[in-house]
Amino acid sequence: MRGPGFLDTLQAACPGAVIGSSLESIDPWIEVAPEKLVEVCQWLKKSSESRFDSLECITAVDWFEPDAKKAAKVSWKPHLEMVYHLWSTVSRMSLVLKTQLPRWQGDVAGQLPDLPSVVGVWRTADWHEREVYDLSGVNFTGHPDLRRILCPEDWEGYPLRKDYQMPLEYHGIRGR
Amino acid sequence: MTPVVDDDPRIIEFDVRTDEMLVNMGPQHPSTHGVLRLVLRTDGEIVSQVEPHIGYLHRCAEKIGENLTARQWIPYTDRMDYLAAMNMNLGWALTVEKLMRHQVSEKARHLRVLIAELNRIASHLVGMGAYGLDLGTFSPFLYAFREREKILDLFEEACGARLTYSYLTVGGATADLPPGWLQRCEAFLDQFLPVIEEYHTLLTTNAIFVKRTAGIGVLSREMAIDYGCSGPVLRGSGVDQDLRRDGEAIYTGMYDGYAFEVAVQKHGRYPRDHVYPAVPHDAVLGDCWHRFFVRMLEVMQSVDLVRQAIDRYAACREPLGEPLKLAEKIPAGDVYLETECPKGQTGFYLVSDGSAIPWRVRARSSCFSNLSVLHELCRGCLIADVPAIVGSLDVVMGEIDR
Repeated sequence: MRGPGFLDTLQAACPGAVIGSSLESIDPWIEVAPEKLVEVCQWLKKSSESRFDSLECITAVDWFEPDAKKAAKVSWKPHLEMVYHLWSTVSRMSLVLKTQLPRWQGDVAGQLPDLPSVVGVWRTADWHEREVYDLSGVNFTGHPDLRRILCPEDWEGYPLRKDYQMPLEYHGIRGR
Repeated sequence: MTPVVDDDPRIIEFDVRTDEMLVNMGPQHPSTHGVLRLVLRTDGEIVSQVEPHIGYLHRCAEKIGENLTARQWIPYTDRMDYLAAMNMNLGWALTVEKLMRHQVSEKARHLRVLIAELNRIASHLVGMGAYGLDLGTFSPFLYAFREREKILDLFEEACGARLTYSYLTVGGATADLPPGWLQRCEAFLDQFLPVIEEYHTLLTTNAIFVKRTAGIGVLSREMAIDYGCSGPVLRGSGVDQDLRRDGEAIYTGMYDGYAFEVAVQKHGRYPRDHVYPAVPHDAVLGDCWHRFFVRMLEVMQSVDLVRQAIDRYAACREPLGEPLKLAEKIPAGDVYLETECPKGQTGFYLVSDGSAIPWRVRARSSCFSNLSVLHELCRGCLIADVPAIVGSLDVVMGEIDR
């Protein structure tokens, strides 16, 4: 795994991109600013020594506690956390990138938060971003074809959000 | 196709113009390996565009995982890649163990290698048999299922189930192997090894099979990596990567001391190529034939690994150890782990807030990424080649849709 030296090179290459890191975790991760995401990814793929040429997985984690009693006890503010797992087939190393988004754009429920798409960096991101859009509700700006992939196209809501309500009816099929 | 102008009046077909047509294939189609729907844009026999539609088996297993304890989610991993359920169980178990910093006993480690490799053989046998079906030959399917049946019998004896095992679990395995199982497993391997020759005669070196697969659906090395392909699809394109050797310590540690060579073509040669059939002249690295051949090599590689595991397991004197409690609390944190499943690198991502129930679980499907390259492979191929290409990716829809 890359030590602090790697972080310094990344900071020098993309100034202002890194806004947090945890190198002591089991899987060390780097947090980047959402607007710098594509720049960082491009650098990681093309220029960094390790050449992270493969995007393995994109995950959205919804940090939101629907239960008001439990919500009063948690230490974090509600937000969406995007996690990118990268892999290098050259140096056989992995890297975890994280970035934070608001749950809704401008705090208006139903307005999906924007995040620049990384399809231009790794083509596999096409389907992975569609899945995240479908299930977690993130609007990937610059994605060539952002539509639902696993759920039907007329499905409502984003199932992996913590406050998702299971529909009671779908085209005459009972939901519960 | 643009019509070719020819002066010879006897040649009439050059004047025939074809129209573009949309052809729907699936979701119920014998050669789409489950419920996969493909919309083909065709011009005569030529396919210009393929649009896969997936999600017919979507159950949102990840959401279910947020409502169960980590060990309770094991049966749901079974139902992802149901043809290699042991490997899926193992992947999730190792992910949870990675976060808990738990190490299983030496006996459990060898048991896991033994079971996982045996399931790899079973999975590749289905892949091989079904591939024959896709190309219009029925016999290999029967030959493959005859042997797979014996593996399923062994699994049934070990855990009671034939398809969805939930056998390997967090902290080891749910039960030890019954007495006499190892002998029966060895007897199976002795009987199975010569049978592989039959498969090579039926398919690998069969002239029709080679015609249908060699040079078809060529996936370049760069494209394979760009689309996140893994497993035999990646190795079929000549990328030397196998997580059993290159993965994370918790996974490679399982294979510590085991001897195996990654099934990939290096400098134009496959490992131990004097024993196996020669690569046909028409085959191009990255085509359907190579993807198929890598699977066949892995069957033999797994036979070898199972034998090694039997010896090591039998030599263990210590007990297997108990699996973790059903509602064991998991420390807060997040971990991601990929393992080399038969169909590719399947990954699990676990986020815990310190309770017994994970905050978020995520399954990275190997077939999902492998299938996403389909539209590139099918551009400009014949309609009849579409099943050949889909079959060579060896996808299982349960894992793609989750």
